[in-house]
Amino acid sequence: MSDRLTIALSKGRIFKETLPLLRAAGIEPTEDPDKSRKLILDTNQPGVKLLILRATDVPTHVQYGAADVGVAGKDVLMEHGGEGLYEPVDLEIARCRLMVAGREGEALPPAGARVRVATKYVNCARDHFSDEGRQVELVKLYGSMELAPLVGLADFIVDVVDTGNTLRANGLEPLEHIADISSRLIVNKASLKIKHARIREFIAQIADAVAAAR
Amino acid sequence: MQEKHWLLPDGIEELRPERAERLERLRRRIVDHFHACGFELVVPPMLDFVESLLTGTGHELDLQTFKVTDPASGRTLGIRADMTPQVARIDAHGLRRDVPTRLCYLGSALQARGSEFAASRTPMQIGAEIFGHAGVESDVEVIGLMLDVLELAGIEAPILDVGHVGIFRALAAEAGLDGAAEARLFDILQRKARPEMHALLGELDVGEAMAAALESLTDLYGGPGVLDAARERLAVGGRVVNEALDHLARVAAELERIRPGSRLQFDLGELRGYYYHTGVVFAAFVPGRGEEIARGGRYDEIGRAFGRPRPATGFSADLKTLVDYAELPAAGQGAIWAPWAEGDAGQAAKIRALRAAGERVIRELPGQTGGPREMGCDRQLVRDAQDWTVSGIE
Repeated sequence: MSDRLTIALSKGRIFKETLPLLRAAGIEPTEDPDKSRKLILDTNQPGVKLLILRATDVPTHVQYGAADVGVAGKDVLMEHGGEGLYEPVDLEIARCRLMVAGREGEALPPAGARVRVATKYVNCARDHFSDEGRQVELVKLYGSMELAPLVGLADFIVDVVDTGNTLRANGLEPLEHIADISSRLIVNKASLKIKHARIREFIAQIADAVAAAR
Repeated sequence: MQEKHWLLPDGIEELRPERAERLERLRRRIVDHFHACGFELVVPPMLDFVESLLTGTGHELDLQTFKVTDPASGRTLGIRADMTPQVARIDAHGLRRDVPTRLCYLGSALQARGSEFAASRTPMQIGAEIFGHAGVESDVEVIGLMLDVLELAGIEAPILDVGHVGIFRALAAEAGLDGAAEARLFDILQRKARPEMHALLGELDVGEAMAAALESLTDLYGGPGVLDAARERLAVGGRVVNEALDHLARVAAELERIRPGSRLQFDLGELRGYYYHTGVVFAAFVPGRGEEIARGGRYDEIGRAFGRPRPATGFSADLKTLVDYAELPAAGQGAIWAPWAEGDAGQAAKIRALRAAGERVIRELPGQTGGPREMGCDRQLVRDAQDWTVSGIE
């Protein structure tokens, strides 16, 4: 019981970039999530399982203790609030920036003017604009944010930006930097207390692997 | 839209017979145990002036408190979200004793927003407090009592997590941090986000030794070895930090004496109730639950708001949560079925006698559907020659 470990991950970039770190901790999945339809993957270690989730659901699973630990982007954690979670290690993977972007050549109007912003990060956007003293109208979207300014749904967007190619391809440009994003190792509070030896060891192994990869 | 009149509001729940019965049995066992330990029961009111409910507590409790305007006084009333401040007022203002006072309480509270786990907004809070003693001994007494309560509920081997809010407070004061910087550090420490802590300490000018000490708080958790590591790594905190560490070491030693084998751990970065507690804080964790199942700590300042500062230490838990994790012994034998017997005085006397002896007797109602089995009975009353006797059900 006390040495079992359930690790929550999302498919895609985070999964690929987390694998080498897990390998350094001696954990390797016995199946490839891109080929398998299973949502719980076994690993080479009998007590260790991987849960494959949507990225935004990783903090929730770890918070409620459905998984002991997980890997989540700082963007997802900021939007979720991170309540009830520990974030002991910055994995320094899946790096990008959370930014405000708009149509090329169009700056944000002075504070006081009302603007409409499309984003899936409504909490982050509200915090950022209220720190600037701006009242904004938020439109919650689940994807293809870049489209919103083009079709008149919003004046600006808040989204994660990696290379900026998608913005440029849609005639947008980054305007303001909100936060640097990378993935974090997150840990359920009760798991850390109850399985403290096992999880402490895991955290140390992952932190060493991150340092070695620098 | 069709209205669903049976629907309960979010986070509001009803207890149905089986769970309600378990809850009531556990409640009796706990309250009896409090009584045996010398704790006196108090019943604070459901509704109170918000000032009394919130004085000396944090902003979080304010947001959790439902408020209404009292037409009689024009003042704002709150429905309690936490009963502890009310109990402290009873000690400070109602009783005004000079001797140590042990109080216990039980009642429903209402939380406007629920906990982050958002299950119930109406916990049934049960707890006990010791007022008027400032030492390790009273801290250990309430920790022991909390472990007793978990044991009464049949919750096996919980992990006891102990910290001390005075350590971070002393380091923050020694470092000369302003309120805003302290709040940011507090937020990061709650998440044990060591890389963020490192970055923020780089911005704040606190000196190398202090930065190292504050950063190490994210990592000072685990077995008794933590206290030794802390003495070394938090040396910059001086006397106040050392006294807090001594206090924790004595809690561990004293607890081992009164309850050997308790699974005690330390977490010096744990700041549960930081804006309210003043010393030791503790919580119990069980496998399968993402947050603590019972919690408490020392809060020496709260009585000041009611005109009489008294040292105080206590714990509380949600009885509804305890019941969900409880392994309670079975409720005893089932029930006896008493068939409807028009005008039979002998049967009525027999039923009274059985009930007085502690049996559960269910009377048939004339014309009802269902027999003894359907009504949950495992025995029945039958009339032989002239008397009623209990027999099994074929």
